[in-house]
Amino acid sequence: MQTNLRSQAGPYFGEFGGRFVAEPLIAALDELEATYLAAKADPSFVAELAELHKTYTGRPSIITEAQRFASQFGDMRIFLKREDLNHTGSHKINNVMGQALLAKRMGKKRIIAETGAGQHGVASATAAAYFGLDCVVYMGEVDTERQALNVARMKLLGAQVIPVTTGSRTLKDAINEALRDWVANVDNTHYLLGTVAGPHPFPTMVRDFHSVIGVEARAQMLELTGRLPDAVAACIGGGSNAIGIFHPFLDDQDVALWGFEAAGDGIDTPKHAATLSRGRPGVLHGARSYMLQDEDGQTMESHSISAGLDYPGVGPEHSWLKDLGRANYFGISDAEAMDAMRLLSRTEGIIPAIETAHALAGMKHLSTVLPAGAHILVNLSGRGDKDMETAGKYFGLLGDK
Amino acid sequence: MSITNDVLERNKESGRGTLIGYYPAGYPTKQDSIDSLVAMAENGCDILEIGVPYSDPAMDGLVIQHATEEAIANGFKLRDLFEIIKGVREKVDTPLLVMSYWNPVLSYGVEKFSEDLVSSGAQGMITPDLIPDEASKWISLSDQLNLDRVFLVAPSSSDARVENNSKSSKGFVYSVSTMGITGERTELDRIARSVVSRVKSLGDTPTCVGVGISTADQVREVNSYADGAIVGTAFVKAYQQGGLAGLVSKTKELAGGLG
Repeated sequence: MQTNLRSQAGPYFGEFGGRFVAEPLIAALDELEATYLAAKADPSFVAELAELHKTYTGRPSIITEAQRFASQFGDMRIFLKREDLNHTGSHKINNVMGQALLAKRMGKKRIIAETGAGQHGVASATAAAYFGLDCVVYMGEVDTERQALNVARMKLLGAQVIPVTTGSRTLKDAINEALRDWVANVDNTHYLLGTVAGPHPFPTMVRDFHSVIGVEARAQMLELTGRLPDAVAACIGGGSNAIGIFHPFLDDQDVALWGFEAAGDGIDTPKHAATLSRGRPGVLHGARSYMLQDEDGQTMESHSISAGLDYPGVGPEHSWLKDLGRANYFGISDAEAMDAMRLLSRTEGIIPAIETAHALAGMKHLSTVLPAGAHILVNLSGRGDKDMETAGKYFGLLGDK
Repeated sequence: MSITNDVLERNKESGRGTLIGYYPAGYPTKQDSIDSLVAMAENGCDILEIGVPYSDPAMDGLVIQHATEEAIANGFKLRDLFEIIKGVREKVDTPLLVMSYWNPVLSYGVEKFSEDLVSSGAQGMITPDLIPDEASKWISLSDQLNLDRVFLVAPSSSDARVENNSKSSKGFVYSVSTMGITGERTELDRIARSVVSRVKSLGDTPTCVGVGISTADQVREVNSYADGAIVGTAFVKAYQQGGLAGLVSKTKELAGGLG
């Protein structure tokens, strides 16, 4: 196995990645890459972002050992990296603050974003409010309905939310619409892409902004337990929280990496979002990566109870890690995720986002493949407040309305 | 040698100018798209551009999005594309280019797609989301098979990219006239002229201007500084509003802008 997995800087991760976009966007991608590389090398940018995370995001996020939760799975210790405690309630803010600073550097006064569950939209609207930028969020019409509370949050923060009514009316179509907006308004607009998919430099840059999760967690685990964990786990849709916590561990060969994708009705049914388990390589939204597609290369609709994982593509670095065998990807059904959501709530007093619950549900599988006494670090990527409508209906908690 | 290139040069020399017409494959059905493309050729289009319906057409405006969605809903499959091309070829010998997003081509197999372009009688392909930087396989295959290969240049493209994309193209290079996605504009952007003049000053590849052309005057104006005018949305809209007869009359109207 290679030992420099962490040094990949794009545009390619093996045969994945690249820039499969129309020529009118290339100048904007070049500008973004140049701005990002200069900022990364500029101590004042690094310091400004660190200060923002300290005084606004609420970093470093803590680690909580989930003993009662872990006891359900036999002899293992589970540690939760508490990204749910960040301002706005998920890991998404890490990337958003970084990119908003870059937008400022580029002199762009308007940011646009896509959102599925609404977490990235809320984080983008928050950053726009903080920095005084105009913000437009594209959201599939289906998602505006199942995540109505997040729509209200974005509007309260001053963002304009545009429901997308084309295609499957979910996250993938919101990305198409954001790309159209960007092509038309590239002079004054930064597209604040919320995951590690898309054309270069997004997969690399968004990963770098989220790798603070893994950098902190790696040091925290060493301090708390005196050693590295046996496995690191995260849920995966586009793959941003997963790559954020995986990346600093890529060259720690004894640390297993597990991504849990949404298997919807079941991995062997037609209704799932298990891109890495059931897809094949293709080009979607500007990068070559695994994706769900039919025999003609038409993108297939994904299905998941979790709007944030309901995406038929995935970041190219994950495709590369899968093919290398460095990371493992495994499907979790809606029912398994919802059970895990309730279990964590009742054993630890922590209500996770439904996305995150997929990673928690994966503990059952890990208990069968890891040795007794294993230490598992789980990225608790977001909190479940936004999912109360879905959970309330699912568990019958809302009474008759 | 490129037939497309020949048509552009001949029409330039004669002072006629060139009208390139886009129409989606399989819209609303396979046979309808054959009839439409044949009618466009017979009524004034010098070059045909046949669009491949795709689930994620991030570069298209609403009119074309809705048309291609309908084609897919009506059962369009990639193999139908080549039957449609053959159907057009049985009636007219107008140069014909396929315009496709890259994933359907990748999925079909770049090599097989290229071979089927040749065997069905198409002259080449326009690739809106494939830049030359990512196109090494398509470039070598299209060289081998003598297929036209049309890349894009945009107002935002650096001079180095304008030069490279033009040189990488065969047949012509596609100048995007506005920053926006395809859709009608009441006035052509002066930016189109500047893109074209950069293409001209940096190389000798012919260039045609697309995006936003919907009147005979615009066809005439574009041909005064570029090698051809590309029209898509206006033709699809004409079909939607008036069927084949509407498309025929729109084609005649726009061809009226030629010399």
